Amino acid sequence: MLVSYKWLQEYVDLSGVTPEKLADKITNAGIEVEHIDYPGAGLKGIVVGEVESCEQHPEAEKLHLCQVNLGTESVQIVCGAPNVAAGQKVPVATVGARIADNVKIKRAKLRGEISNGMICSLDELGFDHNYVPKEYADGIYVFDNDVPVGADALPYLNLDDAILDLDILVSSAHCMNMIGVAYEVAAILDQKVQLKKPVVDETDQIASDKISISVEATDKVPYYGARMLTGIKVAPSPRWMQLRLIAAGVRPISNVVDISNYVMLEYGQPLHTFDYDQFGSDHVLVRHAGENEEVTTLDGQLRKLTSEDLLITNGKKGVAVAGVMGGENTEVSSTTENVLLEAAVFDPISIRKTAARLQLRSDASSRYEKGLDRNRVGLAADRAAELLTQFAHATVLKGIVEAGERTVPEHKITMPWQKINQVLGSELTREQIVGTLRRLNFTVEVADELMHVSVPARRFDVTIPEDLVEEVGRIYGYNHIPATLPEGSSTHAGLTPYQKIRRKVERLMESTGLSQVYTYSLTSKESASSYVIHDQEIEPTQVVWPMSEEHAALRQSIVPQLVNVVNYHSNRQMPDVKFYEIGKVFLPVKGEPRPAEEEHLAGIITGKRTERNWEGESAGVDFFSIKGIVETLFDSLAVADQIEYRPSKRDGLHPGQTADILRDGKVIGYLGALHPKVQNDNGLNATFVFEVAVESLLRHGKTAIDYHFLPRFPSTTRDIALVVKRTVSASDLDRVIRENGTSLLKSVRLFDVYEGSHVAEDEKSMAFSLVYFDPERTLTDDEVNAVHEKIVHACAEQLGAELRG
Amino acid sequence: MLKEKLLELRAQALENIGSAEGLKALQDAHIRFLGKKGPITEVLKGMGKLSSEERPVVGQLANEVRKLIAARIEEKRAELEAKLIEKKLESEKIDVTLPGRKIATGSSHLLGSIIREVEDLFIGLGFSIEEGPEVEQDYYNFEALNLPKDHPARDMQDSFYITDELLMRTHTSPVQAHTLEKHKGVGPVKVICPGKVYRRDNDDATHSHQFMQIEGLYVDHNVRLSDLKGVLTVFAKHMFGADREIRLRPSFFPFTEPSVEMDISCFRCGGHGCNVCKGTGWIEILGAGMVHPNVLRMSGFDPNEYTGFAFGMGPERIAMLKYGIEDIRHFYTDDIRFLKQFNRA
Repeated sequence: MLVSYKWLQEYVDLSGVTPEKLADKITNAGIEVEHIDYPGAGLKGIVVGEVESCEQHPEAEKLHLCQVNLGTESVQIVCGAPNVAAGQKVPVATVGARIADNVKIKRAKLRGEISNGMICSLDELGFDHNYVPKEYADGIYVFDNDVPVGADALPYLNLDDAILDLDILVSSAHCMNMIGVAYEVAAILDQKVQLKKPVVDETDQIASDKISISVEATDKVPYYGARMLTGIKVAPSPRWMQLRLIAAGVRPISNVVDISNYVMLEYGQPLHTFDYDQFGSDHVLVRHAGENEEVTTLDGQLRKLTSEDLLITNGKKGVAVAGVMGGENTEVSSTTENVLLEAAVFDPISIRKTAARLQLRSDASSRYEKGLDRNRVGLAADRAAELLTQFAHATVLKGIVEAGERTVPEHKITMPWQKINQVLGSELTREQIVGTLRRLNFTVEVADELMHVSVPARRFDVTIPEDLVEEVGRIYGYNHIPATLPEGSSTHAGLTPYQKIRRKVERLMESTGLSQVYTYSLTSKESASSYVIHDQEIEPTQVVWPMSEEHAALRQSIVPQLVNVVNYHSNRQMPDVKFYEIGKVFLPVKGEPRPAEEEHLAGIITGKRTERNWEGESAGVDFFSIKGIVETLFDSLAVADQIEYRPSKRDGLHPGQTADILRDGKVIGYLGALHPKVQNDNGLNATFVFEVAVESLLRHGKTAIDYHFLPRFPSTTRDIALVVKRTVSASDLDRVIRENGTSLLKSVRLFDVYEGSHVAEDEKSMAFSLVYFDPERTLTDDEVNAVHEKIVHACAEQLGAELRG
Repeated sequence: MLKEKLLELRAQALENIGSAEGLKALQDAHIRFLGKKGPITEVLKGMGKLSSEERPVVGQLANEVRKLIAARIEEKRAELEAKLIEKKLESEKIDVTLPGRKIATGSSHLLGSIIREVEDLFIGLGFSIEEGPEVEQDYYNFEALNLPKDHPARDMQDSFYITDELLMRTHTSPVQAHTLEKHKGVGPVKVICPGKVYRRDNDDATHSHQFMQIEGLYVDHNVRLSDLKGVLTVFAKHMFGADREIRLRPSFFPFTEPSVEMDISCFRCGGHGCNVCKGTGWIEILGAGMVHPNVLRMSGFDPNEYTGFAFGMGPERIAMLKYGIEDIRHFYTDDIRFLKQFNRA
């Protein structure tokens, strides 16, 4: 909402309050003033001149030689405007003046004739051409005749004004008009609002003889009123009104149109004028539109409506889309004489839906959407009638023809006045509270502990006691309220065990060299179905109206996003990177629209294991680099002994370098090399990934720590090298060794794998270091040998293993 | 005779030891002069032929010579060994300015760091951390927060709907409603709710269709706006510096009444006006307010008994302000050159 400081002065005494100060106060009371515009900033030396004579330039057909009285002197000015004429009072940029865009005016010779200045158009004075009335659009501006010659021209163009741009939210819709802003500013400054009641000079002719109204959609049209005006002469509106409209961002058109816009700006009540002679009947019927009913709006567009839209009709066909835009068939034109003036109240939600669907947001519809002062509708009709009489030669017929209630009672709120202090934490006296509410023009009665507040209809946003708390708080000023710390009961605070351990996992990942990333949950449908731990033949969850195909579905795995991040780095010559992310994945559930959400941990590594340095090139990362990270994770969570790795084949991963991660026999994740094809497609070097369903793991992990006494007896270490077929895996041997190691076997560690000339071609040798230990005594050789032989025997029996000689 | 021989041996041995250049030569000298078949042993063997007067004299001399030679050998050995060590150390000298073998650690994401910092601050003030689903029911995302079906602030265009009743949450506020419901009408409730949220925006330098929010909620008997002011003051000083001041400006959110916007005095210029605060001296940080009675009521709390405050902030905004980050997309592009800069944050 653009608010003219000069216009506002008509309602509220602003003496001593500069536009900046005013803007500050309005902002601090709750409506942000986004900026202040000074339309005359930079203009200098513009005076009112009187064109004494105007003759054709002897050398140029399109130029005029004007003798212009500037008050102190009379000078010759060459003017090219087609509309310049003797007797006009015009804005003159004198020699030395500055006009728009900081252009300096100099004495000049135009086709041999001296020009001592320039007669200005509105554009040249900085007006936005879009708002310039058409009568001045191609020429100079002309003042009213009562403007004093020689005076500074700026005040007569409202170029000495300041325009405050107010950011109106749903809660401040009452300030979408000048009177509303006046009440707000008066409350802030503790002033009285000066308002004049419109005076309508009606004839004896009865309006309801000319027109009748019926409303079918009464639930959405609480009030519909109309005035009849005859004998109108359509012409430009008065200059002062034009200038106010321009300042508010509205282009002046004609007196009839401008007046309805002006009253809307003033009262906040949208009005509409129909050309009565084109109306097509003497009856207004307001009803829901029919499905696919058509109406051509003022902008020449054919609009197809639905049964949800409200339509103004003449009983047969539509003449306006209610509250949104008038129809072309009844539009006021330059020849209009008789006008039907509509002042109505429509349901905000209905107007919002229609305006949104037709993509037709107008000044009128936005006011209907946000709500109006229900008690101003009749006053606005009167005000328009008054102005039409004064400036459009109108005769006003007697009475407002109407359907519905023109006014509603004020809203009443009863509350203990002390509640204001209780909620704010303030110590205001009763008088301060009541006084503040009265500044807002609320009526307050106090009875003991209670106060009864009547809220005017213009403040339709104030309905409950908490709203009054806010009104007192914001007018009194939150800056005057103390800062305290809560006195309430103490609470248990802290992270949950899951949150705690998740933080630990984050630190752990970082200590293994992985950097944390956050990526998008919404991804392409294809990528949302890739690298899923448990692939389930169900479509991923999708949003109904995506911004793009790139962000259309909910990810089921983090890995595809990590591949993108690595791809980004690879394209920028950063081939050695390592990342992890912990975040939600969204797993579709059969028969349910809502996916299951769980947090996963995923990691990706590519490039060298360590930075290249003076000792030489480091080896590249490989499967065992990523596996080491995963194992470190499980070690630190103390679940390593429940975890098993099983070779697997997964889409997008290398078929020979991929393992499922199982916990207690259930797959909880995977790790592996990206498939060479995926690497090629993304321009990547060897890249390795893992993903673990970490949330359930952490929630059901081991939390208690079992303490063991430090050993008092020595342990015995025996190494064992076993030759097996290549098909036998390390985990097969590890399992058989552990199963047969009895309680004395404390640890098993693989320390060598050999394939080559010293064993058969289809065989390999694996060497383990076994530690035997009894907490109660020192083990004898015989005891250890017995277990050790049992292990060798079992490995031979179950896996065909032979001791390597 | 023997006496002369001993004296001569002594002179020979001392010269030999003195000129030994290595441990090997010294060892040879040891064997030569003190070995079992060495000349001194020989002399002692020949003592039987001496008279009883001469015997103790020669015996004593022989022992003295022997001791002296042994002592000199030890001295010389120590000297040679010290030299050897010195030589070895000299040969082991390295360029200590060469770079070491670093353990390359990864970095924390800046948003994660900011969320942790806020969480830890509020844990200190008695708050717990609550999280909620990112796919949310329309009811919790809007209705329970006093945004009924036709409210203008819940335009379909602004949200990623999955069905008519499900959407990607547009703020973390639904966690408020869930948490209140869980408490079944009994306070106190003190929670911080961080998490991802989603809006139907085109990604550009200042908009992201996915971003983070941190919501705070405190509901108890007699919670006041002044308490909100006090808690936010602590927050502002903790996050932005001890000399920060705050101001509350009235604002509008459907789920709070009254609603306020919190500004902090500019941390760049201290309030005089600069380009960070656009000349105003104040920077808008977060939205807050007293929980709307409808919100309390819908989640099972009696607004006549309980009041509360809530606030919500954007970690991206805080990060961008604090470090002068120019583009919100950096947080989700995850360029390592960006990430690494905030490892200490």
